[in-house]
Amino acid sequence: MILDYIGVKEINGSLIVIDGVKDAFFEETVDIRLDDGSFRQGRIVQMDGTRVVIQVFEGTREISLNNTRTRLRGRPMEMPLSPEILGRVFNGAGDPIDGLGDIFPEKRVNINGSPINPVSRVYPKNYIHTGVSSIDTLMTLIRGQKLPIFSGSGMKHNELAVQIARQASITDKDGKNNFAIVFAAMGVKNDVAEYFRRSFDESGVLQNVVMFLNLANDPIIERTLTPRCALSAAEYLAFEKDMHVLVIMTDMTAYAEALREFSSSKGEIPGRKGYPGYLYSDLASLYERAGMVHGKVGTVTQLPILTMPNDDVTHPVPDLTGYITEGQISLDRSLDASGIYPPVGILPSLSRLMKDGIGAEFTRDDHKALADQLFASYAKCQDARSLASVIGAEELSTKDKRYLEFGRLFEAKFITQGYDENRSIDQSLDLGWELLGTLPRVELDRVPENILDKYYVDHTDKS
Amino acid sequence: MENQNIINGINGPVVTVKDARSFSMMEMVFVGNERLVGEVIGITDKFTTIQVYEETTGLTLGEPIYGTGSPMNVTLGPGIMSSIFDGIERPLKAIAEESGTYIARGSTAPSLDVEKLWDVTMKVQEGDELNVGDVYAEVPETPSVMHRCMLSPKIGKAVVTKVYPNGKYKVNDTVLEVKDQNGKVHELSLCQRWPIRNQRPVAQRTSSTIPLITGQRIQDTLFPIVKGGTACIPGAFGSGKTMTQHQLAKWCDADIIIYVGCGERGNEMTQVLEEFGELIDPRTGRLLTDRTVLIANTSNMPVAAREASMYTGITLAEYYRDMGYHVAMMADSTSRWAEALREISGRLEEMPAEEGFPAYLPSRLAEFYERAGYVHNLNGTEGSISIIGAISPAGGDFSEPVTQNTMRFTRCFWALDKSLAYARHFPAIDWMASYTEYFNDLEDWYNKNLGEEYAVYRNTVNNLLQEENKLMEIVKLVGADVLPDDQKLIIEIARVIRIGYLQQNAFHEVDTYVPIEKQRDMMKIIVHLYNKSKQLVAAAVPLDGLLETGLYERVIKMKYDLPNEGFSDGVQKYIDDIDKTVASVVSE
Repeated sequence: MILDYIGVKEINGSLIVIDGVKDAFFEETVDIRLDDGSFRQGRIVQMDGTRVVIQVFEGTREISLNNTRTRLRGRPMEMPLSPEILGRVFNGAGDPIDGLGDIFPEKRVNINGSPINPVSRVYPKNYIHTGVSSIDTLMTLIRGQKLPIFSGSGMKHNELAVQIARQASITDKDGKNNFAIVFAAMGVKNDVAEYFRRSFDESGVLQNVVMFLNLANDPIIERTLTPRCALSAAEYLAFEKDMHVLVIMTDMTAYAEALREFSSSKGEIPGRKGYPGYLYSDLASLYERAGMVHGKVGTVTQLPILTMPNDDVTHPVPDLTGYITEGQISLDRSLDASGIYPPVGILPSLSRLMKDGIGAEFTRDDHKALADQLFASYAKCQDARSLASVIGAEELSTKDKRYLEFGRLFEAKFITQGYDENRSIDQSLDLGWELLGTLPRVELDRVPENILDKYYVDHTDKS
Repeated sequence: MENQNIINGINGPVVTVKDARSFSMMEMVFVGNERLVGEVIGITDKFTTIQVYEETTGLTLGEPIYGTGSPMNVTLGPGIMSSIFDGIERPLKAIAEESGTYIARGSTAPSLDVEKLWDVTMKVQEGDELNVGDVYAEVPETPSVMHRCMLSPKIGKAVVTKVYPNGKYKVNDTVLEVKDQNGKVHELSLCQRWPIRNQRPVAQRTSSTIPLITGQRIQDTLFPIVKGGTACIPGAFGSGKTMTQHQLAKWCDADIIIYVGCGERGNEMTQVLEEFGELIDPRTGRLLTDRTVLIANTSNMPVAAREASMYTGITLAEYYRDMGYHVAMMADSTSRWAEALREISGRLEEMPAEEGFPAYLPSRLAEFYERAGYVHNLNGTEGSISIIGAISPAGGDFSEPVTQNTMRFTRCFWALDKSLAYARHFPAIDWMASYTEYFNDLEDWYNKNLGEEYAVYRNTVNNLLQEENKLMEIVKLVGADVLPDDQKLIIEIARVIRIGYLQQNAFHEVDTYVPIEKQRDMMKIIVHLYNKSKQLVAAAVPLDGLLETGLYERVIKMKYDLPNEGFSDGVQKYIDDIDKTVASVVSE
């Protein structure tokens, strides 16, 4: 028997309360029909006796206490999936918005997914070539990794994400057909979404892209569903259709803010900066959906983008993200201001999985030592710079002056590269050695002697 | 139906029951038709509140709740070693076979493999009087662990009435019958059950004077921990907490490692699984997995089970301690555990204290860390549990409540520093902020086993680092060039200590684990270099002459050069090199 519940008891923010509901289950989805004929969707978020709290995805505007009919759908929030989703555009709740009609689903999955059993996971070791020197050499991206880009408003994170997506797809050795991009826009400007669409189009990968768009003016409840729909699609493509999927999610900060707004309307006790106490668990339930599993060919690699409010890395969103993800690519405001692209801040960036995905088997035998040395030397350059700002560059010792020069060259030659420039790993590593050549050999304390013998060429006279 | 308890409300992982009378606090229950595991956490005359250890999506009001009459239990018996469990001791390997890649709900797989046959040797005879904790059977569990089945404290003193012959038995087969003091006969199998929130009894706790040797130089030398001690590792993300924990789990000289991945990454647990299956324990020559138990409650697994995972871990640790083993428990990370407390507390609408954490956070932390210690067991053996807890302070700020409260209940503090990690100085333990309260307890052990010079070297190294720190204030303002030679010497020697000694390469075959005797000899070389250079400076020979010989760089690289066994020849070579080089500079 299908029952319509007429009217609601209470409206608060995006939540409505209905009394006397029977046979509902937790997180069941509902259809809400307004008297003017329009439909909205909702989900049960709390149950107490026969009193049920429903979250309305499209917002509660124009809902009154007696102009609705609510019907239980009998299933949790699901995403219809089939191979046809490639090349399509969806809204944040997973409904097609490109005017090409509904998806004929091969299957429907609960968008919340289920946790991957750690026993079933394969530890990711396959290196993804991105063609960006700083990333390939110093914070190598691994297939199945979750590596966020920490950025700030106005920096070139979108360009970098597009460059990575494009170059990683082109250089895929297994053939281009099994590479897909899932793009989830959460609370971003229309321009940004359009930029991504155009870029994918220009690089000819649009038919392998699934887009989920929740723009800045779309309802926030939908925003909390957007990454879940996107990841469900990604898991489907990866683990059932054997594709290598790169998931780009932007902007995680907007997502977290939507979660905060929703949480406060539910009257929950806030944690840090008003974000709900379960923000960590919630973000983890998204990020942990990256990975590789035994017996499946496909992989899910995540490249979330988040803008740090006021460039503050201790803000709850980047802070908790950093604790969950396997490293981060951190963009630097001062590099960006001095016109360096990509403005990758080397020292705070890190790839945790890189140690097992590089070396003779994957990239080259000197990779690890070179990366360690570049980090250490660049850190010393920063020390020399701060000293120079106190006593003046003229007063520095010869050694410190060499480090200043090394830092300048490193930023100008190594970090800087063109938007279309795709460097091979050998090019990047050789460039690294060329720069280390400007430092005396005794300064290279992170590199074993045999590697120095093989790769180090002294250029100290020239500089 | 009479006495049927049904679900009345659902809010995330918290479920309420109306008008139930039969439940007791902390009782384990099964919720719903799928029989999800839960625990009673609040009772009023109207409502009973239950936290559910699995996802609650799909539960309907009116579904039944079944009580079990006993608190949250774990099964203790052979088969625990080398396994990987979730937070409430469900075997993840069996679940993977049962339900595939993803963890399905309501799994009923038994904790231990019930089909496997174990080689059992009985240790008692008919008529023997057994006390609590006495061993009645031994089972070789893995090549490096002998499992001892002990009389459960729940039975109390008992007399053996029947002994089954030695041979092959399954975990649940009866091997012994005993009569307790009330005349009741118990059939004992190879396993027993124990409530995770209750401490297992011991005869006496004593203070420990034996170090837990980790093979990591900065920890062993500057900030040692004893067997039975507690340590915490706070650090911002990316500062290498997990890496440090992994290194300790791999190389520390405990007999048993319990590694609890609490709210951390799934890939990290996979990495431990894969890596430990290949690495050899330097002391026993066996695989590291043979002595390791993993408890994985990754960040996307249900939050309530995350709260339980710490207790499950410590209960397993206590069980092996009772057998007379030295157990080290790694808890990564206690912050996630505290957040799970906060989350459940929020759902219960309790009054929050600092930063939303419940007011009982300090007492819960204290309860947990106090289960560590060096003890005399009831069966006359000695054992210990050392707890090493990682903390993930929000924003890397150590003033937050979890770090501050943990510092009160632990005696060893290894603070990880972000700027060291940025410069890729690993382990990124900040030698200025870290401390240990155990060093004085250990002095006798050092004097006896490593000679009295050990403490002298260690203090010299420590003092040099302190001195350097003071001088760096000046160097930051005016540069190192203007310092007089005696101060420049301290800067240079401290550099040798920092790079050549404190920095340790976890990926280098030799450097990843360093025996404590080699640590002593490496310090000896550095202190010798310092003393010789000091003589030079005192004789007004410019230090630059010595620096140009590259001697300091050679000493820095000794960590890759000296082998872990038979290093004394190499050490002598370095001493000779120092003497010769210094002499040559003097003669010039």
